[in-house]
Amino acid sequence: MSRQIGEVILDLQKVSLAFGGVKALTDISFDVREHEIRAIIGPNGAGKSSMLNVINGVYRPQEGEIILRGQHFSKMNPYKAAKAGISRTFQNIALFKGMNVIDNLMTGRNLKIRSNLLQQAFWWGPARREELAHRAKVEEVIDFLEIQHIRKTPVGRLPYGLQKRVDLGRALAMEPSILLLDEPMAGMNVEEKQDMCRFILDVNDQFGTTIVLIEHDMAVVMDISDRVVVLDYGKKIGDGDPDAVRANPEVISAYLGASH
Amino acid sequence: MPETTSSPALDTFPRLLVNHARVRGDKPAMREKDLGIWQCWTWQDVADEVCAMACGLVEMGFRRGENVAIVGDNRPRMYMMMTAVQCLGGVPLPLYQDAVANEMLFVLVDAEVRFLFVEDQEQVDKVLELQEQLPQLKHLFYGDPRGMRHYTQPFIHDVRELLEMGRVHHRQHPDLLAAEIARGASLDVSVMLYTSGTTGRPKGVCLTHHAFISAARGGAEFDRLSADEDILSYLPMAWVGDHLFSFAQALLTGFTINCPESAETVMNDLREIGPTYYFAPPRVFENLLTQVMIRMQDASAIKQKMFHYFMGVARRSGAEILDGRPVSTADRLLYALGRFFVFAPLKNVLGMSRVRVAYTAGAAIGPDLFRFYRSIGINLKQLYGQTETCAYVCLQPDGQIKFDSVGKPAPGVEVKIADNGEILVRGPMLLKEYYKRPDATAEALNADGYFMTGDAGIFDGDGHLKIIDRAKDVGKLTNGAMFAPNYIENKLKFFPYIKEAVVFGDRREMVCAFINIDIGAVGNWAERRGLAYSGYTDLGAKPEVYGLIQESIEQINSELVGEGALADSQIHRFLILHKELDPDDDELTRTRKVRRGFVAEKYGVLIDALYGGKDSQFIETAVKFEDGRQGKVAADLVIRDLKTFAVAGRATA
Repeated sequence: MSRQIGEVILDLQKVSLAFGGVKALTDISFDVREHEIRAIIGPNGAGKSSMLNVINGVYRPQEGEIILRGQHFSKMNPYKAAKAGISRTFQNIALFKGMNVIDNLMTGRNLKIRSNLLQQAFWWGPARREELAHRAKVEEVIDFLEIQHIRKTPVGRLPYGLQKRVDLGRALAMEPSILLLDEPMAGMNVEEKQDMCRFILDVNDQFGTTIVLIEHDMAVVMDISDRVVVLDYGKKIGDGDPDAVRANPEVISAYLGASH
Repeated sequence: MPETTSSPALDTFPRLLVNHARVRGDKPAMREKDLGIWQCWTWQDVADEVCAMACGLVEMGFRRGENVAIVGDNRPRMYMMMTAVQCLGGVPLPLYQDAVANEMLFVLVDAEVRFLFVEDQEQVDKVLELQEQLPQLKHLFYGDPRGMRHYTQPFIHDVRELLEMGRVHHRQHPDLLAAEIARGASLDVSVMLYTSGTTGRPKGVCLTHHAFISAARGGAEFDRLSADEDILSYLPMAWVGDHLFSFAQALLTGFTINCPESAETVMNDLREIGPTYYFAPPRVFENLLTQVMIRMQDASAIKQKMFHYFMGVARRSGAEILDGRPVSTADRLLYALGRFFVFAPLKNVLGMSRVRVAYTAGAAIGPDLFRFYRSIGINLKQLYGQTETCAYVCLQPDGQIKFDSVGKPAPGVEVKIADNGEILVRGPMLLKEYYKRPDATAEALNADGYFMTGDAGIFDGDGHLKIIDRAKDVGKLTNGAMFAPNYIENKLKFFPYIKEAVVFGDRREMVCAFINIDIGAVGNWAERRGLAYSGYTDLGAKPEVYGLIQESIEQINSELVGEGALADSQIHRFLILHKELDPDDDELTRTRKVRRGFVAEKYGVLIDALYGGKDSQFIETAVKFEDGRQGKVAADLVIRDLKTFAVAGRATA
């Protein structure tokens, strides 16, 4: 790989999040460098998805702050996150099932559309030019993910593995600088996992996109990520490159349940 | 058009291209879908790119007469590269894009390939795998830059670099290419196609410009093809059929070829383009029909009723109407109604609304399958030919279609039947030689210049040729009756539930069969019955599925009993194989023909069990997965006896 891992682009400092009395995240700090693939792992209920939701502003942490490209956000929200170039996929696929693949990907371009509702309704002048340009971008994503054959198929009719790919496609259509992937390979068979790994690596390599991913399949995580954060019961118990994390006794015990 | 195409100056493909650029420079020559939109190259565009490619090759050190391998899906630039190589007196050598690296190795070494043009990263990787065994390899060009950023080897180039280099070269030496084209002769080898090799190593078949242009012209005049035809080029470029239709005939008549976006989108692209001239091997027609039938089974009751009623009308009179034979007025009216409600929409779904002539070849087509397409008004015809004859020996004339024959000898072709039943052919379209194999050339061409096809056939009373089987496959049962395995297998394969079949019987007392079920069709059938299964092996072993297949075979037995000499070929016992026969396991050729000898050897225990009267047999088989890994499939296979029918007028044994 020739890509250069750059400076810290996203820095989380002492983030704590609680739902009433339940502490989902306690005092967590870690950073993400530009162009790297950063994995968040941990057993069920460790707070991985909460962590992702904090990053793109779905949850507001009670304490701590998020520093994105040097800018401090104590209150991130999804709109700001999206504007700042963060896009994500969902664990339980949140696509519009009745719409076809193209339309679903077009929703990923929503933020970039400048023309107003009226212009769009009549598909007139600038709106028309704009939509064509966005459609061209969407077609590039379709080409990239090799889903030409299902362009016009309603998403609800697609098999699960392809829906996951379309979900990734919608996130890519935003041309994000940071991509958050919530269990992109959950429930897939070996071949689908291999394909997905290939796509994630290609996105990272060709577009230089920084990727933060949550994944359960340890083999996959260790294979593709540059650095790994390990969470357990809302606390950070490990952080480092895959080999260091693998050797960390606390991580081993959290995963295997052995006492240390 | 004919006066220009038959003028003596246009006797090589590069000269044909130059002429098209002059005569119809702004007409579409090639289309390809890119980012969802069909992109078009006019004949002038094609001529310009071919010129740039050829000049680029010269700049890269191309030597006149050398072979250039081309590997990939059907892409405009792949076709252009063929002509570019021909301009320089070289020989393009298309290879099957799904061949694994080792299969490519033999050909690349045999043909001393120094220049390779491949489609994408996947193919580049295959070549790099072989790099050490290819010391002569000089330059590797790729068409699709995706994923190629990190390949820094100096001999790997984007084809755009070649084009750029060629344009510069052409500006500096504007007359060079014209001079090179002028040096070409019609008896030069224009293309080398390796035979898939049902037996032994593949052989490079050398075909001349003259041969392919003669074959293309004969076919084009026979079917009155014009420059306005549109075809979809989706079959492997290494296959002689694609070379004849998408390359030779397109360059001869000047019609448009359309390259699909990807292998998965062919059905969609077919619908969008609506070709007027269409070519597909029987299995494609078979798959299409299976899909239609499956979808019909899921349709509403009214639609199903309507479909079956009008298909009944079509079976009765559709083919007769197409052939212009007399049909009762009532049936004509019903057929017109059927066309409105069923046939036209169905043709539209199949992407065949505009098809004027459709051909099938490569293997025998089931008569019922053939009749289906003709009955809904698609002028589907059969042709007969092999790589060595530019796929041009027999064609079915319009209006004289016989379901069980491949038609009459094509214009300019002589066909005769040898004493042992083998079909011999002679004409301008014959191969020049096998590459570096004078022994094989001498074996294939007899003293009178006839090519020995290896097929057994007979002429019927009207001069139509009927192919029975491979000459060497035709055998005898122990009681002396004729045994034609392909004939029976094709009958079996016509059932939508049976994908592949291998029958045995030569020098044996009875006929037995291996069956591969069609996982799509049988899976759907099982689903509708609430039958749970985990995969191919499991589904194939279900007693219900055995019952289903048994019914089908017994129906064939009842048909065979009425076919005179073949009555003794009724199938007595069968089993369903635990894995699908696969070219990756060498059980099928790349064109999906069964390698009978190999299969018989590999599954010897199963054959022994069939003939030994056993009820079941355990087998374990190694399989190769697509990514090159190995695995094992094991199963206890059930063997079933079948009902056979006594021949009338003969005492039952």
